[in-house]
Amino acid sequence: MTALEVQGLDKSFGGLRVTSNVDLAIEPGERRLIIGPNGAGKTTLFNLITGELRPDRGTVRLFERDITRVPSRRRAHLGIARTYQIITLFPGETLLRNVVLSLLGLSRMRWNPVGRLERQTALIEHAHAALARVGLDHLAGRRLAQTAYGERRRVEIAMALAQAPKVLLLDEPFAGLSIDERRDVRELLAAIPREVTIVMIEHDMDVALDFAERITVLHFGEVVIEGTRAEVVAHPRTREIYLGE
Amino acid sequence: MNISLLLAANSIAFGGLLFLLSAGFALIFGLMRIPNLTHGSLFMLGAYFGVSLIALGMSFWPAAILAAFGVAAFGGLVERLLLRRLPGNELAQVLVTLGLSFMIADACLMWWGGDPISIETPRALRGATFIAGLGFPTYRIAVIVVAVAFAAALWGLLDRTRLGAMIRAGVDAPEMARVVGIRVSRLFTIVFCLGAGLAGFAGVIGGPILSVYPGLDQDMLPLALVVVILGGSGSLIGSVIGSFVVGFLYNFGQAMLPELAYVVLFLPMLVVLVLRPQGLFGRAAP
Amino acid sequence: MKRLALAAALVLLATVPFWIGNSYYTNIAAQILLYAVFALGLNVLVGYAGLVSLGHAGLFGIAAYAGALFINAGAGHLLAILGALGVTLVASAAFAVLALRGTGLGFVMITVALGQIVWGVAYRWISITNGDNGVSVATRPAPFGLSLATAPGFYWATLIVFLVTLGAIAVFAASPFGTGLRGTRDQPRRMNALGYNVWLIRFLSFLFSGLWSGVAGMLFLYYNQFVSPQVVALTSSAEVLLMVISGGTGTLLGPIAGAALVVIMKNVASAYIERWNFVLGAIFVAIVIFMPEGLVPGSVRFWRWTRAWLRPRASRPVPVIAPAPQPKKRA
Repeated sequence: MTALEVQGLDKSFGGLRVTSNVDLAIEPGERRLIIGPNGAGKTTLFNLITGELRPDRGTVRLFERDITRVPSRRRAHLGIARTYQIITLFPGETLLRNVVLSLLGLSRMRWNPVGRLERQTALIEHAHAALARVGLDHLAGRRLAQTAYGERRRVEIAMALAQAPKVLLLDEPFAGLSIDERRDVRELLAAIPREVTIVMIEHDMDVALDFAERITVLHFGEVVIEGTRAEVVAHPRTREIYLGE
Repeated sequence: MNISLLLAANSIAFGGLLFLLSAGFALIFGLMRIPNLTHGSLFMLGAYFGVSLIALGMSFWPAAILAAFGVAAFGGLVERLLLRRLPGNELAQVLVTLGLSFMIADACLMWWGGDPISIETPRALRGATFIAGLGFPTYRIAVIVVAVAFAAALWGLLDRTRLGAMIRAGVDAPEMARVVGIRVSRLFTIVFCLGAGLAGFAGVIGGPILSVYPGLDQDMLPLALVVVILGGSGSLIGSVIGSFVVGFLYNFGQAMLPELAYVVLFLPMLVVLVLRPQGLFGRAAP
Repeated sequence: MKRLALAAALVLLATVPFWIGNSYYTNIAAQILLYAVFALGLNVLVGYAGLVSLGHAGLFGIAAYAGALFINAGAGHLLAILGALGVTLVASAAFAVLALRGTGLGFVMITVALGQIVWGVAYRWISITNGDNGVSVATRPAPFGLSLATAPGFYWATLIVFLVTLGAIAVFAASPFGTGLRGTRDQPRRMNALGYNVWLIRFLSFLFSGLWSGVAGMLFLYYNQFVSPQVVALTSSAEVLLMVISGGTGTLLGPIAGAALVVIMKNVASAYIERWNFVLGAIFVAIVIFMPEGLVPGSVRFWRWTRAWLRPRASRPVPVIAPAPQPKKRA
């Protein structure tokens, strides 16, 4: 049984074919890297998987279940979590509150208009634990706007992990990070247990290389190369695509 | 049947007047992406300017033109001093135009008083003209002619001149226009002046038909809104068609369903807004 | 410290009829409170949901008209109030379904269209609404036999309603639902990805907001014992929006301060300044341009700036490149 499977996925905007007959099969626990030059359609693919975009053709399956028609807000409940290329968190709220919001999204409690959020101790402890997991619990009370970019990236990952996802989609998690920050994130990702299947988009191959087990290369919306890390790195077409830029 | 014909003729004339009012609104909306909520009060301001100029002895048409320039200048000030301070923040700009509309309306009340003032139909255009044995008020026919003339002139401006090309570029592809070097902010000022001037001119032209009174702005603004929403923003043909549709809806609605006159007018607008939420306001969602 | 201030405020509010002078001022105080209810309700949408409505006077007016019509048809006050609120909720649902088709400016314009339709019906459907002549209501309610016909009596009733409103909205804001609502204001796309049903959250909040507008509408009806189409005009929607914006949308105090500002200006200032609408418009423009976050936060910012400026040179912090927001030190 595959964890995440995509078949014949197509998406066009006006005359532009952004995703072209994409097939993808990701095994449970796998670490898949999706790379490709800018404009290859990587983020669009993610948006199709999470349901923010509707495909023109094709199916998306999560653990064999067809979720193509499932609205995007339900997919979080089915076990998909994602991060974004540009960090879109809640700058006016504290780090703790940011994580609480992501936990609340999956809880029945989000419909409660009378209880005090501050009093939901279980939720808050859970949030603290999630922050601790990425080493940021000591900043729990700080406003997001007053943290460094690298810290925000880790908060975002904490929020995604707090959702206890089965499939985690990371969209360029290393973008904009310093060398130290990249090392922190790399360690974080390495520590994620195998219950979570991870798919990562990266633009820069060097950065994500040791993370990947299998690599899919996208170009102009199509899958052009796919295989193990060694295979893809050695493939002449890979160099062509990147050096040709 | 005579009454229907008369209503129809009045509707066409009213449509012509609405076109003069709405064309400016549509241009401003298409280029600057804001519904200019001062537009009704600019119409009224122009009408009041016309009243004063005529009272000073000027004859009708020169007064109308001078009033138009006056309102255009005022519009320019508004754009440069106020709207420019909120670049890109369309919601704030709309709120500013709303606040301004209150200020202008009250200022007019202060200066010209609360009684309705009528503008006399220019002498040459009084009376009726007979077409196919039926008499139509000459002035209304003149309004239609003026509206058509302006429509042609605007079309010429947009289609044949460099300024027009820049405006069309700004409406259709604003980011591209900037990249290509079009000074979009200066264009905004020009278009706002143009729109304001048209509204002011329309106010004077409408004087003999509607007269000038406090509250005229609140009567006219919603009509301009409906025209642009039905006809599409930034589209000249859309404004023409929309103006006549609204002219007819308004007049026939008042005559046949007086109790639901406004509903007849706003329901289509609501329907269009609801069915095409992205197409009209704001840029397409990312 | 905060508790003490709140208690003091409560005492002040409760004793208003005794220290404020005469019944004219008591009435103004009652007006401030009733518009504060309206503004607090609108702020649920504008401040917490990030949805600006220019049609809320429509809901306010629907409640007042419905109440008036029920009362004049013979219903008792309690039934009329419940009926009016019920009608308002239905109308709010209709408004919400239509307006939520748009976002940002589209939402605003749809609310404008809806407000205009309500106004058109109020103005033209004379057989029901009496058009420009309006509808009068002969009496105010007398709950538990206590008369609300006097200024102090009505004031205290309004105060109680205001406190209930304030409490309800404060609870709402601090709740998980309220926090989620603010999340949809800041990052609707992210909230969707986190599993929230953004449309439904906004819809329910619209209903909540409409409910309080309806409550305010009934208070208005009983205060004036009269309702006319002017109540649902665009200027009325603009006025309540001004109350919310001028006070500050992020807080509970903001809409209350805004309501006080607008009502005082309207009633008291208009004795000295002839043209109220001009001033209203000018304040609107000034606030949108210079203090977009509203008077309450803006004043706080201004106060901090003044204090920093007044500090002797030596201890004034030297700004580096751009002043970063200082982390707040709590006492």
